[in-house]
Amino acid sequence: MSAVTAEVPLSYLSEAHTLSSWLFTRDHKRIAILFFISITFFFFIGGFAAALIRLQLLNPAGTLLQPEVYNRVFTMHGIVMVWFFLIPSIPATLGNFLLPLQIGARDLAFPRLNLFSWYLFTFSGLWAIYFIFIGGDDTGWTFYEPYSSNFANGHVIAAAVAVFINGFSTIATALNFVVSTHRLRAPGMTWFRLPLFVWAIYATSIVMLLATPVLAMTLALVAIERLWGVGIFNPALGGDPLLFQHMFWFYSHPAVYIMVLPAMGVVSELVSCFARRPVFGYKGMCYALISIAIIGFFVWGHHMFTAGISLTSAVFFSLMSFIVAVPSAIKVFNWTATLHNARISFDAPMLYALGFVGLFTIGGLTGLVLATLSADIHLQDTYFVIAHFHFIMVGGTVSAYFGGLHYWWPKITGKRYPEMWARYAAILTFVGFNFTFLPQFILGYLGMPRRYYTYAPDLQTWNVLSSAGASILAVAYVLPLIYLTWSLFHGKRAGANPWGATGLEWRTSSPPPKQNFPRTPLVTEKPYRYDPRDGSYITQDGLRFGEADV
Amino acid sequence: MFSGRLQEQYTDSAQQAETAQLGMWVFIATEVMFFGALIFSYMIYRVAYPEQFRLAGHETFILLGSVNQALLITSSLTMVLAVRAAKADQQRALVLLLAATAALGLTFLGVKGYEYAQDVAAHSVPVADYIFKPGEHRPTEIFWCFYFIATGLHAIHLSIGIILVLMLTVRAAQGAFSPEYDAPLEVIGLYWSFVDTVWFFLFACIYPLGRAGP
Repeated sequence: MSAVTAEVPLSYLSEAHTLSSWLFTRDHKRIAILFFISITFFFFIGGFAAALIRLQLLNPAGTLLQPEVYNRVFTMHGIVMVWFFLIPSIPATLGNFLLPLQIGARDLAFPRLNLFSWYLFTFSGLWAIYFIFIGGDDTGWTFYEPYSSNFANGHVIAAAVAVFINGFSTIATALNFVVSTHRLRAPGMTWFRLPLFVWAIYATSIVMLLATPVLAMTLALVAIERLWGVGIFNPALGGDPLLFQHMFWFYSHPAVYIMVLPAMGVVSELVSCFARRPVFGYKGMCYALISIAIIGFFVWGHHMFTAGISLTSAVFFSLMSFIVAVPSAIKVFNWTATLHNARISFDAPMLYALGFVGLFTIGGLTGLVLATLSADIHLQDTYFVIAHFHFIMVGGTVSAYFGGLHYWWPKITGKRYPEMWARYAAILTFVGFNFTFLPQFILGYLGMPRRYYTYAPDLQTWNVLSSAGASILAVAYVLPLIYLTWSLFHGKRAGANPWGATGLEWRTSSPPPKQNFPRTPLVTEKPYRYDPRDGSYITQDGLRFGEADV
Repeated sequence: MFSGRLQEQYTDSAQQAETAQLGMWVFIATEVMFFGALIFSYMIYRVAYPEQFRLAGHETFILLGSVNQALLITSSLTMVLAVRAAKADQQRALVLLLAATAALGLTFLGVKGYEYAQDVAAHSVPVADYIFKPGEHRPTEIFWCFYFIATGLHAIHLSIGIILVLMLTVRAAQGAFSPEYDAPLEVIGLYWSFVDTVWFFLFACIYPLGRAGP
């Protein structure tokens, strides 16, 4: 008996095996796994809708789906992917699992609230999907007024309620992260010793806390207007639909940063570890994250350049949109500088991270094209916009999510994933992604509007290319599902620190015990103390390891 | 609830208490954004339709609104006195002050319910039963939309506060709180003061501002 326990130390996974030990757990690590299961399910639902969209657009006449069905499908794709996959993706899974470990805490500040957040999230997601399947909502994920309240057919109110409840879940998780980062750091873990992933989750949480309530109020007003026929945003009754757009984008533009800031945190960890160099300009990276979070609140008007806002406000929002690109560019330059002259190992997580840097850069630069007032007149509501934000959200966030998932997989599960398969999947993701979305820039430039179920026949070549790319992307997303599941049963056991990384999460066993650390760590070092000359490293609690230990 | 047991993620009860307070402050920040969005859109329409909002505001019952304002300010006073009583270990005063706080909150709801009945009788419910008074046009209905949404949301928040304070009263009567352990009083007291503060802004927007000239 004692020999067995010595071989396999008790972990958060092996502690109890009953269903109720999972459904009533307060352990942040188990809650992260619960979130992971939920969002993976929603990801494939949203992906299924995307597949239908791309199949429909193979043919310019749009023969596969009825127009009304097509509207419901792209709405479902948007709602599920934005609120039930992208927003919680990195924070609720990797953030939940890693934030307490990286700050050296035993759990988050409010474990019950954390579990409650998962119940709210899963309930609202299933609710949304149920109503989408029994009739759907054709407003697009943006719920634009007065269409959504007065003209749309379908379950608009139910969809709004789902997003409203989802918002409570987001707020609960973000509140937990902010408070835990402030109060539960281990001794010696000063703000400028925090790993950049923690900084990123912290900045994201601030945005979540301040933006989500505004969306909640906006959707509540939409639902009230639709339910009782009052005229809050309806111009026929004296309401102002532009006010709706202002309130909606006050949330929904910062929401883009909710999606991409955690991805930036993940990529900083990966780039540094696999380049065996400290992150270039660590403090600059921290300030850049916070600047993006703040400036991101003052750019929402760039979604409304053609909606009839005044020239003064259009110029202001255009300028702010250019300014928010500066801290983003600082981050790209710093990752590049970290890679400069480094001995890079191209493991799967690093391939995803490098993919992120390239795709995020393209996504960011095309954002500047759209922030230019004159260019936006031509490009507004075309596939150029679709391609732009998919470069940020899919090329950026999803790549980083997969990169992080592979990087911390040994820590989360205690098992190694098959490296070669993972590299294939990472490369396939990059190829498939570009194949899908680069043609959409051209389609948008040629004038193909978003959300139409048909298009001019001379645009078919680019659409077929895009759909072909989507099929590659689908394979690239299904592959990890298969081999990661396989690795749970057949993967090699992972050591405590398989990548030779410096964070506190690697200073406990894989998978960690329920209490995270045998005793509270004492932090003495900055993060990322990798030595570029020989690959040796110093962990944050001050232990030096040579490359041979990797 | 409110057991005061030290949870495993904290090193001591001071840390636990401070963390709970910070949690409530952060939550209040989200609530400020929630009500802020509503008050902001109200302001937009008031600027757009000053004369119509003045006419509509004239139909509100400023006396009832003022009584409610007084009730809530007093309840905030009894709430902070309750926290002070706990710190001074005055158990009997603590229970009485908490009960008074909940009672003042309930009275507020009663007055508010009476006011709603008056509003219904005056045909001020938008769309359903609205009758335009002389000089009124469509935007007055928007005023009443905001009136009912804002005061309704506030009443929901206040009801939650009353339930929480009643739970505190029961625990206090059982002797759960002491100068060493008063964190739930502090935390729920913060929430109570916030709900009170929201009424400050709603009162100002609806009753006196509604009467002011353009």
